Amino acid sequence: MITVKELTKRYARNTAVDHISFEIQKGQIVGFLGPNGAGKTTTMRMLTCFLPPTAGSAIVAGFDVLEEPMEVKKRIGYLPETPPLYPEMMTGEYLSFVGSLKGLRGAELKQRIDYVSERCAVADVRKKQLGKLSKGYRQRVGLAQAIIHNPDVLILDEPTSGLDPKQINETRDLIKSLAGDHTIILSTHILSEVEQICQQVIIISKGKLVATDTVDNLQGRSRGAELVLVEVAGRNGALDPAAVQARLGKVSGVNRIVLKAKQPAHSTFEVETQKDHFVRGDLARAIVEAGWDLNELRSAAVSLEEIFLELTGTQEAGPKDEVVVRGAGE
Amino acid sequence: MRNVWLIWRKEMRSYFVSPIAYILLLMCALIFGFFFWSLLQAYLQFSMEAQMRGEMFPMNMPEEITRRLFGNIPVTGLFIIPLITMRLFAEEKRTGTIELLTTSPIRDGEVILGKWLAATTMYCCLLFLSAINVAFLFFYSHPDWKPILVSYLGLLLQGAALLAIGTFISTLTKNQIIAGAATFGACLLIFVCGWVGEYNSETWARVLAYLSVSTHMESFTRGTLDSKDAIYYVTLIVVGLFLTARSMESLRWRS
Ligand SMILES: Nc1ncnc2c1ncn2[C@@H]1O[C@H](COP(=O)(O)OP(=O)(O)OP(=O)(O)O)[C@@H](O)[C@H]1O
Ligand SMILES: [Mg+2]
Repeated sequence: MITVKELTKRYARNTAVDHISFEIQKGQIVGFLGPNGAGKTTTMRMLTCFLPPTAGSAIVAGFDVLEEPMEVKKRIGYLPETPPLYPEMMTGEYLSFVGSLKGLRGAELKQRIDYVSERCAVADVRKKQLGKLSKGYRQRVGLAQAIIHNPDVLILDEPTSGLDPKQINETRDLIKSLAGDHTIILSTHILSEVEQICQQVIIISKGKLVATDTVDNLQGRSRGAELVLVEVAGRNGALDPAAVQARLGKVSGVNRIVLKAKQPAHSTFEVETQKDHFVRGDLARAIVEAGWDLNELRSAAVSLEEIFLELTGTQEAGPKDEVVVRGAGE
Repeated sequence: MRNVWLIWRKEMRSYFVSPIAYILLLMCALIFGFFFWSLLQAYLQFSMEAQMRGEMFPMNMPEEITRRLFGNIPVTGLFIIPLITMRLFAEEKRTGTIELLTTSPIRDGEVILGKWLAATTMYCCLLFLSAINVAFLFFYSHPDWKPILVSYLGLLLQGAALLAIGTFISTLTKNQIIAGAATFGACLLIFVCGWVGEYNSETWARVLAYLSVSTHMESFTRGTLDSKDAIYYVTLIVVGLFLTARSMESLRWRS
């Protein structure tokens, strides 16, 4: 549905998007991830024909953005970073204007307005001026205008920013329910959002593509390991984390141990174990046998967040103030 | 064509939802009313004095009044045109709604035409206010209505040309105030540059005089429709709108 080849955007002084290539199948929800200034918005603007690429090509819904922009524009719905609202218009009037712009008319237009204002929960502000809406409502109206003409491809730049938790969930559900018929690209900083709703992730950093894969693969691929969180307490009200790390490092199957939180009496460690080594029993035994108390032991999935930080190089893989001990392994 | 109508309607609404339309209408009503009233007073007094001296009043009063009134309207227009056009594109760029327009299946040309037509319509509303004054003359006398109509056509063409230039300038910035000020400067320049032709007949002065909007107004106010002058205004409109289209295109390449 979307094929991007060597897409590049150069501004006067910097290169915002640098030879990015990816492909998105029909019906997929794709998360577009990257730190601030990575080039997400710029890429989306090129896909929506707002900005022409400096080099490379993008084919959206079967048409080239440079050669047949009109055909592309007919088939996309776009929610820019700031919802493009006319402050003096009322919500209903605005949706009707956008719907007509996209080529809807008559009964169909009316029916679509009713449908999107219900889906995006803006029905109660239809008679209100857009300039007087709260940030969250503006975002919702922005989303409503993006889907009003039932486009094949939806491009959403941070669709859940500024929404309340309930609305975030509803918006995520809405996006999920739109998949199938629609191909959706959304950019976000919220990594759990990607884990929840996206099938594929595209991670870019400083304009370069750093990873593109399915969410499942990406999670699995990360170090091929499982994470276990362990909270250990000392019996006499004092605990030497280094001693714990040394002891746990001897358990077979442990890759490394990171001190997550340190208190005088107890500390939390993140233990990375090799895949398919079920070491939780061994860990528990080792702790108890050494004379400490085991407060908590649970498995923590490798979060996308860490993969993200690792891949985009925003932070070193192991935070600096924490001790990393190489376990004996095998 | 449907899209032009759509944009036109949106622009008209936004003129009349915000106070700007009403301020302009009120301003013009007062200014045109004042011009008209003071001209009328002057001529009434003049004719009374003439009668007291037992002379015939030598001038055709209604014609003299409309001629002077129509001479004043373009000057008022210089102040009003920037106020009409300054927000057209600058505001869309500032609030980001330009992103909606340029990613919708609508041509740049349709957007530009819709906006410029809306501005011209707004200008027509203001001209109409002066026409109300002129209509009073028909109660007291029987002026020839043909030259009046031709004058209005000239005023409309001149306004439309300056509005096209204002539309172009509005695409150059995100800031309405800058767009307004620059439009005022540009309109004033293109208005007064014809004055050099009055005391200088060298080639460059004649060219400048030809390029100026003010020198092409005379034939219209005399009531004679000169196609050369009409063509000049139409050309100016086309150039203004063409520049707008180019600017809208390059706006994307640049930013
Ligand atoms: N109009 C512009 N002129 C020059 N440089 C620009 C322009 N717009 C964006 N940039 C630069 O391009 C780079 C990418 O910006 P972009 O807005 O695409 O980032 P982003 O990934 O959307 O970030 P964020 O998460 O903050 O929204 C940035 O370095 C930015 O400074
Ligand atoms: Mg962005």
